[in-house]
Amino acid sequence: MRFLLDAEQREFARSLDGLLTSCDTPAAIRAWAAGDHAPGRALWARLAEAGVFALAVPERYGGFGPLPLDLSVAFAQVGRHAVPGPLVETVAAAALLDRLGDADAAGAHLPGIASGTTVASLCLTALGPYALDADAADTVLVVDGDTLRVGARPGPVQPSADPGRRLSRPSGGTVLAEGPAVAAAAAHAAGLAALATSAQSLGVGRALLARTVEYVKRRTQFGVPVGSFQAVKHRLADTLLALEFAEPLVHGAALALAAGSPDADRDVAAAKVTAGEAAYRAARTALQLHGAVGYTDELDLSLWIRKARPLRDAWGTPAACRARVLAA
Amino acid sequence: MDLDLSEADEAFRTEVRDWLAAHVPATPLPSLESAEGFAAHRDWERELAADRWSVVSWPTEYGGRGASILHWLIFEEEYFAAGAPGRVSQNGIHLLAPTLFAHGTAEQRARVLPAMARGEVIWAQAWSEPESGSDLASLTSSARRAAGGWLLSGQKTWSSRAAFADRAFGLFRSDPDAGKPHHGLTYLMFPLDAEGVTVRPIGRLDGRPAFAELFLDEVFVPDEDVIGEPGQGWRIAMSTTGDERGLTLRSPGRFTAAADRLTALWHEHGDPADTALRDRVADAVIGARAYRLFSYAAASRVLHDEGAPAGAAASLNKIYWSELDIALHETALDLLGPYGELADHAPDSPAHGGWAEGYTFSLAGPIYAGTNEIQRDIVAERLLGLPKGRR
Repeated sequence: MRFLLDAEQREFARSLDGLLTSCDTPAAIRAWAAGDHAPGRALWARLAEAGVFALAVPERYGGFGPLPLDLSVAFAQVGRHAVPGPLVETVAAAALLDRLGDADAAGAHLPGIASGTTVASLCLTALGPYALDADAADTVLVVDGDTLRVGARPGPVQPSADPGRRLSRPSGGTVLAEGPAVAAAAAHAAGLAALATSAQSLGVGRALLARTVEYVKRRTQFGVPVGSFQAVKHRLADTLLALEFAEPLVHGAALALAAGSPDADRDVAAAKVTAGEAAYRAARTALQLHGAVGYTDELDLSLWIRKARPLRDAWGTPAACRARVLAA
Repeated sequence: MDLDLSEADEAFRTEVRDWLAAHVPATPLPSLESAEGFAAHRDWERELAADRWSVVSWPTEYGGRGASILHWLIFEEEYFAAGAPGRVSQNGIHLLAPTLFAHGTAEQRARVLPAMARGEVIWAQAWSEPESGSDLASLTSSARRAAGGWLLSGQKTWSSRAAFADRAFGLFRSDPDAGKPHHGLTYLMFPLDAEGVTVRPIGRLDGRPAFAELFLDEVFVPDEDVIGEPGQGWRIAMSTTGDERGLTLRSPGRFTAAADRLTALWHEHGDPADTALRDRVADAVIGARAYRLFSYAAASRVLHDEGAPAGAAASLNKIYWSELDIALHETALDLLGPYGELADHAPDSPAHGGWAEGYTFSLAGPIYAGTNEIQRDIVAERLLGLPKGRR
């Protein structure tokens, strides 16, 4: 047993962090929110080049996956830098198409996903009526009961609380598959989506904590840095605590998914609720400790604050996850 | 990265499980916070030691098995899953022994450790004083030079296990003119039945004498019972408090076993419509899993030479397990409804495995081993780099 990321995974995280630091992700989010997807697509291409989407695609379709743990490593960086776009939905679509057992369907979509030319969105109507960023996607998949449709059209954009997320109700499309295999593949895809969302939440939480720690060291009141006040320190200590103990749950869930463990669903649910709540608490703390300036959309911090809550609820609400943890 | 155990690890687990299945008493021992229970637990320590299970991680020469930290975690998981008795020796094993391994002499290790491993000498910790708790360096009990040793005077309090224990260890001010509060302190071991020692048991929240206060009046201690250099007690003691908060005091096995029992209680007694309570059960169960995986990650770092966790990381651990322990027990009491308030020894108490005493014990967690407020300061200052301020 060696329950630690290996050197290669840590190097992968470092290189993604470096890559994304050199991109202006806040500008890409603001453009994305205004319907200009070009900067976001450029970011997408760079992530694809770094191999992020190939991690979800098997080798025979041009990827080197599926590797849930490496995907977790990548999505933590995606969250840390608040990258916009249906990244989770694209890797979940890959998982769905891979698991479906339809070689034609897989061959039609997976190579494009692996290389970054295909941006996909995925809507499981059992979880909610909206597809994320369908207006920016090359293909939209919808699972309704045990029917899978592809090529669904995005409906009018419904603004999300997070400007980096654009929701719409997909409609139409052609039926690609029907039956129990669809439901099973959709459940598998939902598990991977929940895992990737957990990792993304961790990254969002880490970014919020780091920015807030920097701020309270600089900001002075009553002649001293506000970070020297015990009430401030304790909130930040609790934020770190929650993130530190959520991370091994995410890694453990990734290993369970990779191994096809019978407990994978439970483990993913535990990771999802814990990472989602930790990031959301980090957002509340960041807002409180920044004070009024944190309540503005001018400060880039708002892009992370507004992301935390939707991620907490996407791909498995806290209540649904807690129920799954106790399901016998 | 993996979580799989090797065949050798699994074999070790099986060996532990088999031994426990054959030896764990069928009926729980009386509370170790009673004279009768203390004696029964002392016998249990002897039984563990006879087959070298009392201190698995120690070197074999002192009664251990030289087990790795991973095997220690496995041992603890099996121990708690089997419902084995609480460890009356734990102060000595977790607090004094690591200090002796790091700072004691060969003579001290040979004299103290095997007797500790066999439960023959039970140790109490004597840190706090009436005016020195979180601000431990303000302590005033004194050690004064005498021929061949030292004379101890003063008062210690909240001394766990001291009501029935044999010996104690603690810090004393040996140089009142050293300048700074944490200078001029000496770390000493002393007998609780020596002339000049008065032990006054203190009832804990549930009335059991889990701790005591000690009055020391010119108690003679020979030089051989000084740990490390006289005057260097603070530095030596701090290495012990790290252990107290860190990985080895509260193994995840304790909490995963409690989480399993809580899950069973939920499936047995829980009202599926009570989603608020269901969510708390789920959170406690998830918390135990998180603590277990966090501990495996920390153990992996040690085993694979990636550096032991920083001392301040032990503070994260301490806050986490102490709050988790309360959450597990509070939730269990809520599940028990009207039976939740019954003491474990009440005739009507359901046989649900000591939730009442466990609850009382858990309430002390955020207070002892350095309050959680102090731990949060340590996390904020040393792990997040926030500036020091007024407490």
